[in-house]
This record gives sequence, C-alpha cells and structure tokens, in this order.
Amino acid sequence: MVEHRRWNDIVAYLILTLGVLLVVFPVYVALIASTHDAATVVNGNMPMTPGSHTWDNYYRAIFVGGSRASREPVGHMLINSFVMAMGIALGKILISILSAYAVVYFRFPFRQTAFWIIFITLMLPVEVRIYPTYKVIADLKMLDSYAGLILPLIASATGTLLFRQFFMTIPDELLEASRIDGAGPYRFFKDTLLPLSVTTMAALFVIQFIYGWNQYLWPLLITTQDSMQTIVTGIKKMLTTTDELAEWQLAMATAILAMLPPVAVVIFMQRLFVRGLVETEK
Amino acid sequence: MASVTLRDVRKTYPGGFEAIKGIGFEIPDGQFCVLVGPSGCGKSTLLRMVAGLETVTSGEVDIGGRVVNQVEPADRDIAMVFQNYALYPHMTVYNNMAYGLRNRGMAKDEIDTRVREAAQTLELATMLDRKPRQLSGGQRQRVAMGRAIVRQPKVFLFDEPLSNLDAKLRVAMRVEIRKLQRRLKTTSIYVTHDQLEAMTLADILVVMNGGVVEQIGSPLDIYSKPKTTFVASFIGAPPMNLIKLRDDALSASVRATGAGILGVRPEDLVLADAAPDGGIALDLTVDTIERVGAETYVYGSRAGREAAVSTTPGELPEGEMIVRIPGLEAPAIGAHIRAVAPRAKLHLFSADGRSRIES
Repeated sequence: MVEHRRWNDIVAYLILTLGVLLVVFPVYVALIASTHDAATVVNGNMPMTPGSHTWDNYYRAIFVGGSRASREPVGHMLINSFVMAMGIALGKILISILSAYAVVYFRFPFRQTAFWIIFITLMLPVEVRIYPTYKVIADLKMLDSYAGLILPLIASATGTLLFRQFFMTIPDELLEASRIDGAGPYRFFKDTLLPLSVTTMAALFVIQFIYGWNQYLWPLLITTQDSMQTIVTGIKKMLTTTDELAEWQLAMATAILAMLPPVAVVIFMQRLFVRGLVETEK
Repeated sequence: MASVTLRDVRKTYPGGFEAIKGIGFEIPDGQFCVLVGPSGCGKSTLLRMVAGLETVTSGEVDIGGRVVNQVEPADRDIAMVFQNYALYPHMTVYNNMAYGLRNRGMAKDEIDTRVREAAQTLELATMLDRKPRQLSGGQRQRVAMGRAIVRQPKVFLFDEPLSNLDAKLRVAMRVEIRKLQRRLKTTSIYVTHDQLEAMTLADILVVMNGGVVEQIGSPLDIYSKPKTTFVASFIGAPPMNLIKLRDDALSASVRATGAGILGVRPEDLVLADAAPDGGIALDLTVDTIERVGAETYVYGSRAGREAAVSTTPGELPEGEMIVRIPGLEAPAIGAHIRAVAPRAKLHLFSADGRSRIES
C-alpha cells in the first residue's frame, strides 16, 4: 500500500518537474535556435522566445541545404535514415523470430550450440567487429548502399533472445493442440505464434528503430557519397567548418527534424504496445 | 467409431527412465475407459502415446484396426481435451472450434454447421464471438470439448480435463461429459488422478502404478475385488484399511489362505461388542472425527498389543484405522471403541500385496 500524504506528493512532483525541465531545456534551446537567423544565434545573446525565421530555416534545411555547395538537403538524409532504421527494425524482427522459432521448437543436432553461438554475438557489437565487417561489406560491393547500411546491423542476438524467452512461456499444449488440429510447423508459426508475438514484435520494433536511427559510426564509415548520408552523420558534418561560421540555425532545425521520427514511433507504437499487453493472454 | 488396442506398449525416455513397462489391453468400440493412478504412474504418457504426442518405444497402438505408431497426431482421427484447455488465445470461440476443420480443408458450410451444432449442445451459442479470456473456466472447458466434438473423431482423449475447475463445477461437468459420451457413442480414454471421477465415468477402469497396469475391470468389480493392496487403497475414499498380519498369530481360517495382509473398507466396519463369526474385531482409541454430513469418519489408532492379541484374526501391528459410520452420532475423541467386520467383508492379500487371495 502506498500512503498518500500531501507533502510527499508535492516534493515528488517538484523533483519530477525539475528533472523534466532539466531534460527539456536543451531541446527547447534547439527549437528556439532553429527559428532565428544565423546572426541572432551566433551573437551570444540568443533570445529565449521564438524568432521569425522558422519557415525559412526549415525550408532551407529540408530542401536546399546549407550555403556551401557540397551540403546535401536534410530531406534526403531523413529518407535515408528512415529506410535504414526501418530496414534494421523489420529485418531484425524477421530473422530473430525465425531463428528463435528454430531454436525453441525444433530438435536438430547442435541446437544448443547454435543457440550459444547466437548468444555470444551479444558480446560483439558493430564497434568491436568494425574492421572485418567493413571488409565483408566492401568485398560484397555494398558500400554506399542501403544493403550495406542495414545488413550488418540486423545480425545480433537481442531479438532472438527476446523471442526465445517469449516462446518458452507459451504452453506446450498449444503446440500439441495445433498438431492434433492438423497444423504443421508453418501453420503453427503463422496462425498461432505470430499473432501471439505481436506485442513482442512491437517492443522490438521500437527498440530497433531507435537503435538504427541513432547509428553514427557505421554510416559514417561506409557512406562516402552525400546522397547516402543519414541524418545523424549529416548533423555532425554541418558543424565541421573550416573557415566560416557554422550555420547553427540550420543544424538546430536538422536536430529537431532528426528527433521527430523516433518520437513518433515511440508515441504510435506505445499505444499498440499497451493495447497488445492488455489483449493477449497465453 | 473404433476400438483402441494396446499391445505390449512400452516407453523408455532417452535418459533411460522407463515410463511405461509393457501395457496391453483393449477398449471396445464406444466404451469409456478411464486411466487412473497417482502422479507419475505413466497414465498421461500412455494417453499421449495414443494421441501421437509421444513416440512409442516398442509395442503397438492400434486405433480401429490400424496400427498408428508412425502416424501423425492429426491423421489418427482422434481429438484431445487438455488439462489447461490449450485454447488458442487470439482466436474467437468459433475459430477455436473451426481451426482444425479448416486445416483439413473442409467446406465452409460444413464447418459452420458443425460448429454451431456443437455450440448448441454445449450452450456456447451466444459466445461464439468471444475470445477465451472473456470466458469463465467452465466455459473454456466447454470450448475445449467443442473443439473435440466438431471433429467427429474415432476416439476422444481427455487429459485430466476437469482438474482446473472448482469442485462444484467439476461434478457438473463430469455428468455432462458422461451424457455427451453416451449420446455420441465415441470411444473415449480419460486420464484422471481422482478416483471418484474414475469410478463414476468409467465403463472400463484401468488402475495404473509405476508404469504398469495394476488392474483392469468395471469400476464395481475393482472396488469389490481389488487385486492388489495398491488398488485396494487407491480406489475408494476414504481408503481401505490395510493390516499386516504376523504369521505366528494368524487365525486358523485366515492362515490357511496364506494371506499376509488383511484389508477392510471403512464402510464395512461397524461399532459392536463382539466380532461376527470368523470376522475381526479391532479395539481402537479415537483420534479424530470427520463429519461430512451424511456420514462420519472416525480415525482411531489400534489399541495396545495386549488388546490386539485377543482379537480375531490375531495380532495386528499398530496403525491408524478409519471407520465410517452413518449419520452424525460419533464417539468422543479419546474414547475406546470396538469395530468389527464379518468374514465376508475381509479382503486378503499375499504378504507382498501383489496378489489377492480368494477365500
């Protein structure tokens, strides 16, 4: 039982509000900065209220690009990032659920070994295996392609583990009832496991979409053409200037744009997620 | 409609554990067979072997004249009701019942007819669009039954289908299952550890223990003539009183039979002063009284050795005894009572308890 005392509540809310302010403030600054012109942002006395260049800044960021000729407009980067994040999220769900299905429901030689090998890859994130992975992708001629961006990040064990744990909670009787009902391995997977896994898939999708969206090192390595850049690497490049002022207002607009898709995914999927949690029962 | 025959069926698990040690019997067409035994006796394993969910190590499982050892569960023409119902949680009641038929490629109209008919029978007609989680335990149980009925299989298999229900519902469903089976005349195998369910449902009762069949027969035969002490104490509630006899103290008439263990059911004991001719008299000190309404169970411990010597048929070892007396009148706790039973009501077993001695 939680006791309700007025002072406790007030203190708790105060701390929470402080925390939220602390987190939101930089985002707010970015948002404000993206509405002023370059001069206002760099002069050191940036106002805390929105300026009048919102439309101009966002239009330039998305469709035109910065003042330097080499800079790509953000619109394209957004599409690249979206394709990459979606590819990673969906690809990972697909191979994870299939491999977990194999590991949990099929008896084949070296099943446990296979599982442990998958498990061990948890200890080898992209950063650790970056050189060999780069070599493989380069040899497969996948540099500067969506395949090159997506494939190496799909292969990891988290999803397989998640689905394995979930499948193990499904009672064996359900499989047996399916067998008696004449459903083979494919039908059992399609008619029973998939519908029951919707929540798990939603959870994995959220995690993997954000993971893919936030990738920095890997896209930086394998993309050389500006047309294949993702937005996260793009922001960084906007700020590396040699002999001129960084266009902070555009960088901030880009940062705000980069934040929107993951936020949208979380908000949208959260509803599905909760609904799924309430509705499924094993 | 089909008979089910098991021929020297054995099951050895990869670890070397022998779950079924050679079982053979036949269930004639349309009969209701109940497998009963304590946990781990192999009754569920045997049922699952008939279903095809467990492989058969050796021996033959024969359904309707066809050996099905190598046949997939779906092709054995059986339907199974599971203990936890195993309903598909994401499907409606209708789809739960229709799923197996669809997988067989049955025509939509035929599926619809069968499902609605089964729903009518099981009083589920208004719930066809619900999901299992919106149903009560009893209703889920009916859906599980419905899923079996719509298949119109040769054999129904029940794996402790009532053990997740509360006591009252269990009795009601038990009666319904029996009625349904009588009407459909489908050969059925029913696994339970509840001897009351076993007694009331079975045409043929199979008592199992440790992977072997202890006794097969009609429930009343088994009740009145248990072949082993295991069956004697397992069938019947409260269990039969079993008393080890000492060789040197047997009464002449009992000793002649070579019996080592004497059994007497609680309901065959009456409180009286003198033993009927050739019967037994037991002096007991009352420990506990259980009143269940129509009858009362008196738990007593055997009185001391001196008293025991004087009773027929000889000295009995210490042990708790149960006496059933009708009504609510019962002796006080701590009272000394004498319970007697006539010779005809005594069950005699060999010293190892493995065989019955007819006298």
